[in-house]
Amino acid sequence: MPERVTASRAPVRKTYKLYIGGAFPRSESARSYVVDSARGGFLANAAQASRKDARDAVVAARKAFGKWSQATAYNRGQVLYRIAEMLEGRRAEFIDAVVAGEGVSARTARSTVDRAIDRWVWYAGWTDKIAQVFGGTNPVAGPYFDFSVPEPTGVVAVVAPQRSSLLGLVSVVAPVVASGNTTVVVASERRPLPAIALAEVLATSDLPGGVINLLTGITTELAPWLASHMDVNAIDLTGADPKQSTDLERRSADNIKRVLRAPAGGEPSWTGDPGVSRLGAFLETKTVWHPMGI
Amino acid sequence: MTALVTPPLADAVRDETSLRRFLAGLPGVDQVGAEGRAAGLFTRSIKKDAKLWALDTAISMIDLTTLEGADTPGKIRSLCAKGLRPDPADPSCPPVAAICVYPDLVAECREHLGGGTVKIASVATAFPSGRASMSTKLADVGEAVAAGADEIDMVIDRGAFLSGRYLQTYEEIVAIKEASGAAHLKVILETGELSTLDNVRRASWLALLAGADFIKTSTGKVQPAATPPVAVVMLEAVRDFALSTGQHRGVKLAGGIRAAKDAIRYLVLVKEIAGDEWLTADLFRFGASGLLNDLLMQRTTQQTGVYSGPDYFTVD
Repeated sequence: MPERVTASRAPVRKTYKLYIGGAFPRSESARSYVVDSARGGFLANAAQASRKDARDAVVAARKAFGKWSQATAYNRGQVLYRIAEMLEGRRAEFIDAVVAGEGVSARTARSTVDRAIDRWVWYAGWTDKIAQVFGGTNPVAGPYFDFSVPEPTGVVAVVAPQRSSLLGLVSVVAPVVASGNTTVVVASERRPLPAIALAEVLATSDLPGGVINLLTGITTELAPWLASHMDVNAIDLTGADPKQSTDLERRSADNIKRVLRAPAGGEPSWTGDPGVSRLGAFLETKTVWHPMGI
Repeated sequence: MTALVTPPLADAVRDETSLRRFLAGLPGVDQVGAEGRAAGLFTRSIKKDAKLWALDTAISMIDLTTLEGADTPGKIRSLCAKGLRPDPADPSCPPVAAICVYPDLVAECREHLGGGTVKIASVATAFPSGRASMSTKLADVGEAVAAGADEIDMVIDRGAFLSGRYLQTYEEIVAIKEASGAAHLKVILETGELSTLDNVRRASWLALLAGADFIKTSTGKVQPAATPPVAVVMLEAVRDFALSTGQHRGVKLAGGIRAAKDAIRYLVLVKEIAGDEWLTADLFRFGASGLLNDLLMQRTTQQTGVYSGPDYFTVD
């Protein structure tokens, strides 16, 4: 976070990197952009991801998908809970990041960070309950036992909310990975620092590299490449530019991506009860017919 | 590197002593220099038109390979279909150079390929260890050729080579070349087991002197397989051999090449070290199966403008 300039010490002008496949590469394009604080002062330099970085992130997410989706729900829950633990340990840092980026009071930032941690815990608890809520047994007329089993969709691209840089981010990313998907996230364009801090948490947690990949950069530049990428199975357009979203949906149609459209009334308040709709947004239902009593 | 002085090639293989003297007299390979040369050429940027050409060229140079104990006629059939029409959605996509299988599956392969341009390569001579009696190896080759193989991939006896029995290695290659008849002979050096680049250069020359039509890096069963410095040394060997004798022999890189990007980088090595004449399937090959799908994906990406995915190509 920004250091105050004092007579004795020059500030460290940080240049952050991307988070792809569990590593922190610079952007392949070597570009970066200036992140300003809510008051307009210099905050840091963030890497400006290119389409090649987005592609590399998709490759990393695809590679991680097999193991993550096949891990037991219980194990996924443990891993996600561990991340919440680590968020709690770095609470002060996240509060600073939210204050600097969103220009809110320390008090509001504190409650936002607490909410984000609680939300992560909440989704961690959901991993082994998804099958019960979204799956089930189906009564059929015949000598069969028939049941529906939810399975993760695959690689999900997420355009994170632009305003709520931490709570919004957690609210869209956690449900995607809790249900066994892997993801490529485009962080808030003007407020990427909480996402970068989150990447540092993820890198040192038990989460396998590639399950969550975080890109910082220009959303309108990156989103079309993710939407048209044939190896991305679903896209969450929550933080997409409304002027661009029709185009993004059209691009997504090429490989019949599952699309979660941007909320109609603009970015919602993330403070309320999240419900389970996001958990179900990126699931496929496999139905099994099992002969019985023949 | 300058070309070697024309060696007295006929004398070199007269007996054990002269062969040893000739191979020992080859200039040593500067390991750091070879790695530096390869690394330098590997960073070259390839522009769009050149990339499109390179992707198609690389596809036409692939020996589409399946060398598993679990190979079945069904798998061979689908591999042949893929070799003939790598991208069924696009007739402009060239076929691969050859299908590479075990000798007992050559007949199956011939049935599906017919007499077309796609060749059949077969790994004979107790692949991949090369540990069998000479009569067994010759019988292996004979059966593969009789079943219709166009190309024979043999492995050298690394035990004999590494313990310095060069003439034995030489004579074995000569005998198998004879047994191959009209079929092209590719000699696998298994560079991962040769331990030094000096040995790679010596083995390359040994194979070329014995009449190998191709020298090939690896069986694909030993790591490391094809590496950039090894490719540099082998390409220099065929270039120097051509400068000495006027005969053009080929190089096949096998094992570990999976990305289109790497394939294109190797094509740069071929052009810059061996020369433009080698940029053809007659003189340069990739032994790979996984590489083809990545090349097809990149090709589709170049054509459609959006990134493609592995779901849209057959798993071979």
